[in-house]
Amino acid sequence: MIDAKLLSDHNLTAEEYERIVSLIGREPGLTELGIFSLMWSEHCSYKSSKAHLKKLPTRGKRVIQGPGENAGIIDIGGGLAVVFKIESHNHPSFIEPFQGAATGVGGILRDIFTMGARPIALLDSLRFGPLQNPRNRAIMDGVVAGIASYGNSIGVPTVGGEVYFHEVYSRNPLVNVFCLGLVEKEKIFYAKAEGIGNPVLYVGSKTGRDGIHGATMASAEFGKETEQKRPNVQVGDPFKEKLLLEACLEVMEKGLIVGIQDMGAAGLTCSTVEMPAKSGTGISINLDLVPQREEGMTPYEIMLSESQERMLLVARKENVAEVQRIFAKWDLDAVDIGEVTAGRNLKVSFRGETVVDVPVDAVVNLCPVYRRPGRKPAALRSLQKLVLPAPADDLGSALLRIIASPTIADKEWVFRQYDHMVLTNTALLPGADAAVVRIKNQKRALAMTLDGNALYSYLDPRAGGAIAVAEACRNLACVGARPIGVTNCLNFGNPEKPEVMWQFKKTIEGLAEACRFFDIPVTGGNVSFYNDTEGISIHPTPVLGIVGLIEDTDRIVGAGFKQEGEAVVLLGENQEELGASEYLRIVHGLERGRPPEIDLEKEKAIQEVSIEAIGRGLVRSAHDLSEGGLAVCAAESCLIDRQGTGCVLDLEDDIRPDALLFGESQSRVLLSASADGLPRLLELAAEKGVPARVIGRTGGKEMVVRLRGREVLRLSLEQLVEAWKNSLPGALAVR
Amino acid sequence: MKFGVVIFPGSNCDHDTYYALRDVLHQETIFLWHKDHDLRGVDCVVLPGGFSYGDYLRSGAIARFSPLMQEVREFADRGGVVLGICNGFQVLLELGLLPGAMLRNKNLKFLCQYVHLRVDNAATRFTRRIPRGRLLRIPIAHFDGNYFAPAGTLKEIEAGGQVVFRYVDEKGEATEAANVNGSAGGIAGLINKRGNVLGMMPHPERASEALLGSEDGRLIFESLVHQ
Repeated sequence: MIDAKLLSDHNLTAEEYERIVSLIGREPGLTELGIFSLMWSEHCSYKSSKAHLKKLPTRGKRVIQGPGENAGIIDIGGGLAVVFKIESHNHPSFIEPFQGAATGVGGILRDIFTMGARPIALLDSLRFGPLQNPRNRAIMDGVVAGIASYGNSIGVPTVGGEVYFHEVYSRNPLVNVFCLGLVEKEKIFYAKAEGIGNPVLYVGSKTGRDGIHGATMASAEFGKETEQKRPNVQVGDPFKEKLLLEACLEVMEKGLIVGIQDMGAAGLTCSTVEMPAKSGTGISINLDLVPQREEGMTPYEIMLSESQERMLLVARKENVAEVQRIFAKWDLDAVDIGEVTAGRNLKVSFRGETVVDVPVDAVVNLCPVYRRPGRKPAALRSLQKLVLPAPADDLGSALLRIIASPTIADKEWVFRQYDHMVLTNTALLPGADAAVVRIKNQKRALAMTLDGNALYSYLDPRAGGAIAVAEACRNLACVGARPIGVTNCLNFGNPEKPEVMWQFKKTIEGLAEACRFFDIPVTGGNVSFYNDTEGISIHPTPVLGIVGLIEDTDRIVGAGFKQEGEAVVLLGENQEELGASEYLRIVHGLERGRPPEIDLEKEKAIQEVSIEAIGRGLVRSAHDLSEGGLAVCAAESCLIDRQGTGCVLDLEDDIRPDALLFGESQSRVLLSASADGLPRLLELAAEKGVPARVIGRTGGKEMVVRLRGREVLRLSLEQLVEAWKNSLPGALAVR
Repeated sequence: MKFGVVIFPGSNCDHDTYYALRDVLHQETIFLWHKDHDLRGVDCVVLPGGFSYGDYLRSGAIARFSPLMQEVREFADRGGVVLGICNGFQVLLELGLLPGAMLRNKNLKFLCQYVHLRVDNAATRFTRRIPRGRLLRIPIAHFDGNYFAPAGTLKEIEAGGQVVFRYVDEKGEATEAANVNGSAGGIAGLINKRGNVLGMMPHPERASEALLGSEDGRLIFESLVHQ
């Protein structure tokens, strides 16, 4: 008997239930209700975001696959394509940080290798609450260890990413995981269930009771009782997934299968409805044949389980024996549990009875789409007003405080736990502006970055969205890469709150505008709503994952100064912009004002200069100016390289000294150039109409800044190292 | 020289090692499957890094029972050359081809980073091409690399010149800080008495091309190749 309580347990509204009844022409059974509730959850259906996501540009010359598959695919020429995507695993990582984060890695890896691609790089965007709180330290410790355990074991390097800290993530950490794989264009596979009568094979781990309702859980706010949702979080087995990866790639390489989909969120349900829905077919399966880890599982539990490391394959009949032989070689079973049918229904039998018989189209495509109302947050106008406090007296100690703040500080504590070198492609160590992995047997390399500034988005979501795109592209430009494709992870609060919906709409507008401008297609991504705990929403946190191409691996540069006596060149202009800056937040305790202006034309010109200068070998290092502004950028450039090289900067700008040093004006890049490269660099910038000037020289064991001849900052490299390198390990060592 | 790189379920540096030997050093290289019983005429067996069988028990503890390991043991007993890298080193310890065992790193965290190695025995077939006094900069990536052996054994391996590589700082000093995983005696690489079986935690295959940041690991492979 389906009553209000049961519907509410399934997160379905009365209207949604009526729609289900009218779509299938009768009351659903319990398992059917479970199937609809999963597939119509926000997490699987995108019912609140769909209407807005349409505004993002998804087409381009290189696009092989846009949104709608397990991952997007971009042509990189030479018969190769890259497959990439970002996914959130926020809620599970709060409940059980280690396993939540680990299974996030496992899930995104499956999304990539189901398409026939070998995963070659992982990146993570992580957000935690302040580390003074022991709970936040435990969450961070667990999340990082979980990511490490999965990625390291399966042997895919974690080559980059970002970590931010803010109070809003205290009870709602964000764990966004990005993966990229490489595939031969002719060997791409899709989630298809074609060929009536073709067998449906179940491969991988056995099904247990774990993770039931994971997708539904990710589609609701958290309250105090959430911590009791631990059984909803699955346990990862990277070893099993490694076997699955190798076996799947082998059967795909040999062309033995028709289609494949992983059983991620919504498990067996998701794959058995989405595959036929894409192919205009149906699927019929017998649950008695599904390998089970526990006794007495009900059809409801089997269909809704989110046990990890499982895949569904559709193979041609004549190939089944060969597929099974290959899986056996990798000590895995491939069990024939059903077949592709002509009727466009999912039919599920259990102990001789039909327990599910629903049209796959209704489940997958006919979920209601919501245009939820949006309203500008009342407090925003006053938050955007900024009365600037007097500049900090001692700019040196302000710099030390900023680079010691966990968001800016060196993340070696994190990256050291990740195997970032396995597969022997890593050309730049983590900590660079973008991660760079070479393509074996080619001169080319791929660059990847994750970026997003939630404080900007909080204070102006449209600007935050546009700046996230611009800055991610600038990250790529600083390693000499041209952007070719985007994936995004949009982390927001409860979309039923008009303020959250407004933030979401504005963010999409900003993203869409900037992606169009840079002509980079969005090939997919993920929306994570309901990031609220006890009624408090996180800041809107769009995380952009952008992939770029580098033409010549001999020309890659890092962010650190390489040698003494080289010119330090600033591309772009310093403005008096302090709103939404880390400086105001850390030194003055203010989170207000408007984020810096962004002029996309200027931004693009500066990026062009950076890419060309690197490609022509004119510069020795390049580093993007972002959080913390010029002074932080210069300090990092002094420290990133192993030996450490100081610098002396002479600045002339007639703006507030704190804005000059720490303002976050966009469209700026710091380069270092040898005597030989410098004239050609300045010439190149002039040609492109980009402001470029020599602002100092590298050398010595200090960082010195003079303002119109007067020294305003002098710090030794030891002081900088102490603040930048020791801050995170120090904060995390507290027991 | 013909190399055979063993693939265990869970090996993940197998292809990296194969690439370094075949594409960088231009040596004949084949993969050997753990379920087979045939070394297919290789001159050197390489046990690569990874997480064989998931390393859910002690690292390398299950891989040692692989069918192929019986052949590898006999091969080593006949004087065949065996190189174990990272997980491969752990397997060699479990097999008993090298003395001692591995504990968790002293900070109880996985460690992936460059280390400096001092070559304390340059007279082995694995090190003879390394210039005297040259420190090697090679990455490590492991959770269980904290080498342990009873005092008596340690004394014996030190006296016998079996310590081939030791963790040191940039100046070549074996300091406590440089010994990142806490290994007894700072031992990073160990050879058997007969001189044909070497185990090392650092990954030479990750330091065989300038693009990756170091070519020092190549010196080890080159030593093997140019006997």
